[in-house]
Amino acid sequence: MNVIEIKNLTKIYNSSEVQVKAVNGISIDFKEGEFTAVVGPSGSGKTTFLNMLGGLDRPTSGDVIIGGVNIWQLSSRKLIDFRKNNIGFVFQSYNLIPVLTAGENVEFIMQLQGKPRKERDIRTKELLEAVGIGERIKARPSKLSGGQQQRVAVARALASKPEFILADEPTANLDSTSTTSLLELMSQMNKKYNTTFIFATHDQRVMDKARRIVTIEDGKILSDEYFDRD
Amino acid sequence: MLLSISWRNIWRNKVRSLVIIFSVALGIFAGVIATAFFKGMADQRIEKVINTELSFIQIHKPGFRETNDFTNYIADANSLRNSISQINGVRGVSERIVIQSMAASAETATGVLISGVKPDDETEVTTINKKIIDGDYFKGIKRNPVVIGEKLAEKLNVKVRSKIVITVQDVNNNITSGAFRVVGIYSTDNTMFDGSNIFVRYSDIQKLTAFPDNAAHEIAININNRDLLPQITQDVKEVAGKNLEVKIWKELRPEMNYLTEAMDMYMYIFIVIILLALLFGIINTMLMVVMERTKEIAMLMAIGMGKMKIFSMVVLESVLLSLTGGIVGVLIGGFSSKFGETHPIDLSMWAQGYQQLGYDAFVYTQLDYVMLINITILVIITGVIASIYPAYKALKNDPADALRIE
Repeated sequence: MNVIEIKNLTKIYNSSEVQVKAVNGISIDFKEGEFTAVVGPSGSGKTTFLNMLGGLDRPTSGDVIIGGVNIWQLSSRKLIDFRKNNIGFVFQSYNLIPVLTAGENVEFIMQLQGKPRKERDIRTKELLEAVGIGERIKARPSKLSGGQQQRVAVARALASKPEFILADEPTANLDSTSTTSLLELMSQMNKKYNTTFIFATHDQRVMDKARRIVTIEDGKILSDEYFDRD
Repeated sequence: MLLSISWRNIWRNKVRSLVIIFSVALGIFAGVIATAFFKGMADQRIEKVINTELSFIQIHKPGFRETNDFTNYIADANSLRNSISQINGVRGVSERIVIQSMAASAETATGVLISGVKPDDETEVTTINKKIIDGDYFKGIKRNPVVIGEKLAEKLNVKVRSKIVITVQDVNNNITSGAFRVVGIYSTDNTMFDGSNIFVRYSDIQKLTAFPDNAAHEIAININNRDLLPQITQDVKEVAGKNLEVKIWKELRPEMNYLTEAMDMYMYIFIVIILLALLFGIINTMLMVVMERTKEIAMLMAIGMGKMKIFSMVVLESVLLSLTGGIVGVLIGGFSSKFGETHPIDLSMWAQGYQQLGYDAFVYTQLDYVMLINITILVIITGVIASIYPAYKALKNDPADALRIE
């Protein structure tokens, strides 16, 4: 079943005299439970593509249809709600709320969703245990290592029970041990919750773990390959 | 959680927040203490005017206050006095003959306002008897004693037992004079009053001016409880009837009432100026806060935090920041003002100037709780106003752009 359908997606940046086509008419589908790496050199358009997919950057033309909803036809308020309930984000530099503890960071998005306290508490505990830092629930991000912070970010992304998770260079700031264990964790989460993961990366270790690799160059899909990793 | 995030955000940069909190606290402290000081000063002035110069209620014939016409008197003042003294809550009633005259010593002469009083009644109404600094209050001299102010004594160059001549117009419009002997010299905190008001016995001035029996120009009334003034005034009006003018101190000396109102208004202006100055400091801080957290705010937008919530978060942070300072300022200012209610501020260095204007050299502060609540509300409003532009800047964030800056 397709979770995301992308039709002829284009993003053009107009600088003073030059027009830059960051994404140039991409059409692609993502199915439920996929573990996909979108790869390509710097400036190839990966991040712009992911941002348009996540409802953060408005495309110049084309459609992003998620669960049957053309997200770029939603009002800005409805788009924010849509992101909150359907998309999980993991960023390169963790981007946790520094004044909240690990547990509160995970709980925060559920609070935005208006989930009752009991449900929030149970799910926060369950997710932090699932990402292996259940005992650090009360620690602030500054007291956690980069790897631990990114695990909290994954738990936060999963907390809202999204249709899919977008991860933009999630391993870029991590050492190799943390990268390996984070990828293992995301792979487990992907299987456990059947959540679709889409990464933008140029990290070979991520590509080695991905079951689908979409290569982008100059804003166009160069290749789209599936791998059997089991 | 929004409140908790905002509160914790304040303490992310402790030094910066403490500087703002300290500035707000200092500004509010200054506002509260200045308010209490000027309110105390005004209240003391009013209290003194009532106790020494006015009394709470006065009765006259219509037109007397404007013209001081000697023949415009209350004919049956004595029986009216007796009826009024029966009213519940009335402490004392004093009949006065009031007449403008010349007072002359061996050296010089000056215009004065004579109050012909019955000393026993007058002591129940005003406190001139307690302000005697030399001699006594109508004791020690049997024939034509006069109590004069210190300033007038200086002006006429007289002392206790000195003789002064009072020249007045009698009821038949004839000029008549009488020799009086200084029995006591009083000193209030109002040198202008001391320089122009003298007190003689009702009977002495009555004899000199051929004033009718049982009549008076003025009936002054003192009461036990200031809160009962409206009720007692009503009762006095009923007893006095429609042909007499019954006025309370605020009507007799409206400038005294304006003094309190004007003081309140000045204080609000003063506090608003302080808050305006602080406003720019808070705006600056909140702008820094928002700029520093561009990525964090973008992330919050990305994960689904609505614009209203982000706006509220910035507003709350600004309000909490100002309110913390405001509460500290109000508390320190409040306690200091409370302390000043029993420990007066000594202005005796400038006593002469203050007393010329009728103010006491020792000022007891007067804490105004309504003012404290209003100041707190003003601080909250300042916090909200200070946050609007920074919050607007926060909302202008483009999450895709902000998150791209890694």
